[in-house]
Amino acid sequence: MPFGNTHNKFKMNYSAEQEFPDLSQHNNHMAKVLTLDMYAQLRDKETPSGFTLDDLIQTGVDNPGHPFIMTVGCVAGDEETYDVFKDLMDPVIEDRHGGYKPSDKHKTDLNAENLEGGDDLDPNYVLSSRVRTGRSIRGFCLPPHCSRGERRAIEQLSIEALDSLEGDLKGKYYALKNMTDEEQQQLIDDHFLFDKPVSPLLLASGMARDWPDARGIWHNDNKTFLVWVNEEDHLRVISMQKGGNMREVFTRFCTGLTKIEDLFKNRGHEFMWNEHLGYVLTCPSNLGTGLRAGVHVKLPNVSKHEKFGEILKRLRLQKRGTGGVDTAAVGGVFDISNADRLGFSEVELVQMVVDGVNLLVNMEKRLEAGEAINDLMPEQK
Amino acid sequence: MANSFTRMITGRNTAVMMAMGAGTLASAFLLNDSTAAAERRRFYPPSADYPDLRKHNNCMAAAMTPTIYARLRDKATPNNWTVDQCIQTGVDNPGHPFIKTVGMVAGDEESYEVFAELFDPVIKDRHNGYDPRTMKHPTDLDSSKVTSGMFDERYVLSSRVRTGRSIRGLSLPPACTRSERREVERVVVTALSGLKGELAGRYYSLGEMTEREQQELIDEHFLFDKPVSPLLTAAGMARDWPDARGIWHNNEKNFLIWINEEDHTRVISMEKGGNMKRVFERFCRGLKKVEHLIQERGWEFMWNERMGYILTCPSNLGTGLRAGVHIRLPLLSKDPRFKKILENLRLQKRGTGGVDTAATGDTFDISNLDRLGKSEVELVQLVIDGVNYLIECEKRLERGQDIKIPSPIAQFKR
Repeated sequence: MPFGNTHNKFKMNYSAEQEFPDLSQHNNHMAKVLTLDMYAQLRDKETPSGFTLDDLIQTGVDNPGHPFIMTVGCVAGDEETYDVFKDLMDPVIEDRHGGYKPSDKHKTDLNAENLEGGDDLDPNYVLSSRVRTGRSIRGFCLPPHCSRGERRAIEQLSIEALDSLEGDLKGKYYALKNMTDEEQQQLIDDHFLFDKPVSPLLLASGMARDWPDARGIWHNDNKTFLVWVNEEDHLRVISMQKGGNMREVFTRFCTGLTKIEDLFKNRGHEFMWNEHLGYVLTCPSNLGTGLRAGVHVKLPNVSKHEKFGEILKRLRLQKRGTGGVDTAAVGGVFDISNADRLGFSEVELVQMVVDGVNLLVNMEKRLEAGEAINDLMPEQK
Repeated sequence: MANSFTRMITGRNTAVMMAMGAGTLASAFLLNDSTAAAERRRFYPPSADYPDLRKHNNCMAAAMTPTIYARLRDKATPNNWTVDQCIQTGVDNPGHPFIKTVGMVAGDEESYEVFAELFDPVIKDRHNGYDPRTMKHPTDLDSSKVTSGMFDERYVLSSRVRTGRSIRGLSLPPACTRSERREVERVVVTALSGLKGELAGRYYSLGEMTEREQQELIDEHFLFDKPVSPLLTAAGMARDWPDARGIWHNNEKNFLIWINEEDHTRVISMEKGGNMKRVFERFCRGLKKVEHLIQERGWEFMWNERMGYILTCPSNLGTGLRAGVHIRLPLLSKDPRFKKILENLRLQKRGTGGVDTAATGDTFDISNLDRLGKSEVELVQLVIDGVNYLIECEKRLERGQDIKIPSPIAQFKR
């Protein structure tokens, strides 16, 4: 709840044992890490805007998780959350991001020139290429905790910045609450429209409050660069196009992001970033680069290979259905993207996707021709 | 205009830096609560936070004005519950063009006082002009006063009376901490274990029940589950599910209590058939016994003479009572005057699955519309008289005779 949760002080009338959540059925990162001692230590703390431990963990308490999928189970309400509650956040981050330590430094590299190749993923297999990330505006609370006034201020700032983009990036903003039926249908047909979340993981964190106030979608006239405002993060930035030219997608991504960052800076604002956590976002799983670079690719043969899972793991890639994170693959077409977010730079992650997808397509061609792929098996990256 | 807007959209910490000098950035994070609150008022005046209610159709949206919001935004109850938290469910759920929902909840007993400026018009709107500032609500749980409470069982399949009760001193489901919720469970379950004879029973904690127990409770139509309605989840009452939630019922299976669902407790008396008098008698007896048992331990129910029993949703103030039957009315339900007859009798129809369901076949759930301004005895009598009238109409239609729309019943004594 925004701006001063003194309800937290009222809870101090009860002991830590009385307040400690029952996590016995739970399987998420927060539940694995939170002990009664840690709860007792942290429960009287709050960030300057009043975000508390119970606010942080509510989504993880309400959503025990799945026996097979490990969700994070906690969110940040503002930038200071990661500092004030580091005793909980650091082990969660370490667990989620492959052993990333509190002393580790994260490298940011948004220079698309540093990418090797990537402009010629075989379009007979690679149907589309996409890169997304998120950005938070320093000084404002994050979606689980922000007030209506803050959310509207974020929207206003974003509109002003995006309206100044030119050339290939020139575009238009569509506020969710004002769009006409035609605009809405067009955005659905373009696969751009986001809607009020239904996932209890998101709803329980409070990020859907006041929907659709101050939420909207901006995209350029060419429909290759898209920004979501006030969904799960302040901004989600997406570059995408049909075909296999990931290099072009990533170049536009970096150019657009850098331009947007400059436009915000000109107005006295910057993105939340530090050299340990990289870009700071609502969910700890998106720290660092917040980057998911992926393709929709036809792999009907490779996907049936017994070592498919192992190959992906070694390439540090993950598969999803073409409907996104909670869907299954249809017709042998998979969404293949980087598994990591933190501890690798943007260029490094996109390089992994480019190299990995090239390898998978080669494997697919071999299997089509009835040949073996043993000699192509990759090492663990 | 441009200047104030720029100040408004400057981030909190940046503005503090500018005001206090860059070197004091470190101390900005150590601001105590009162300064943070004052700062917020400067950069985000109530007008910046005022909800957009233009597409909304609920009682809260109808009553809310920028002036009221400005006066209430920075207030809090002694438990530090705010008006934004009261109205969140109404902001998030604009409502249906045909159904007017309430659109706000209380976090504690004091909410109704601290935010009276908003609750009072909502109560008036929902309860037919009842003014809690000037009127008194009658409480009467003397079931012996009820007459003709035995329905023709060729028409009435089952009879049921429900209400809710809140434990004074503990926050309500939207606001309560885990400790408070567990305390409610402890207080109520301890009291219920003191019930004897026809009322003796047992408690099933939602988190701990076995699969077999769960199936039995489903078969008996006793089990409640985590709410899916966004009206309820947006109010925050489903947090920490299923911690400290459970169902108690007596061995006879005709007296049932839900713990920590939408209210601290929901109390239900029900049985097959048409003996509404007996259902209400058990209801009153059970309620009085439970109240006595909690009082022995120093607790009491939330109640005052202006609003009666205090519950989470303003729609349930007063008696919190819904007395109803499942009744077959194949001919009457097809008569075009059915709706008007119900309206004048101050009854409402629902499907037999409850408030959001449609009727199957010719069987309806018929119950009282009103909750506040009339006593429990008055409301149950109203249902008894009304249902008897409906059965009379059905019988007349069976015989080919005509029926009459009754005169409207008076709202409440002024």
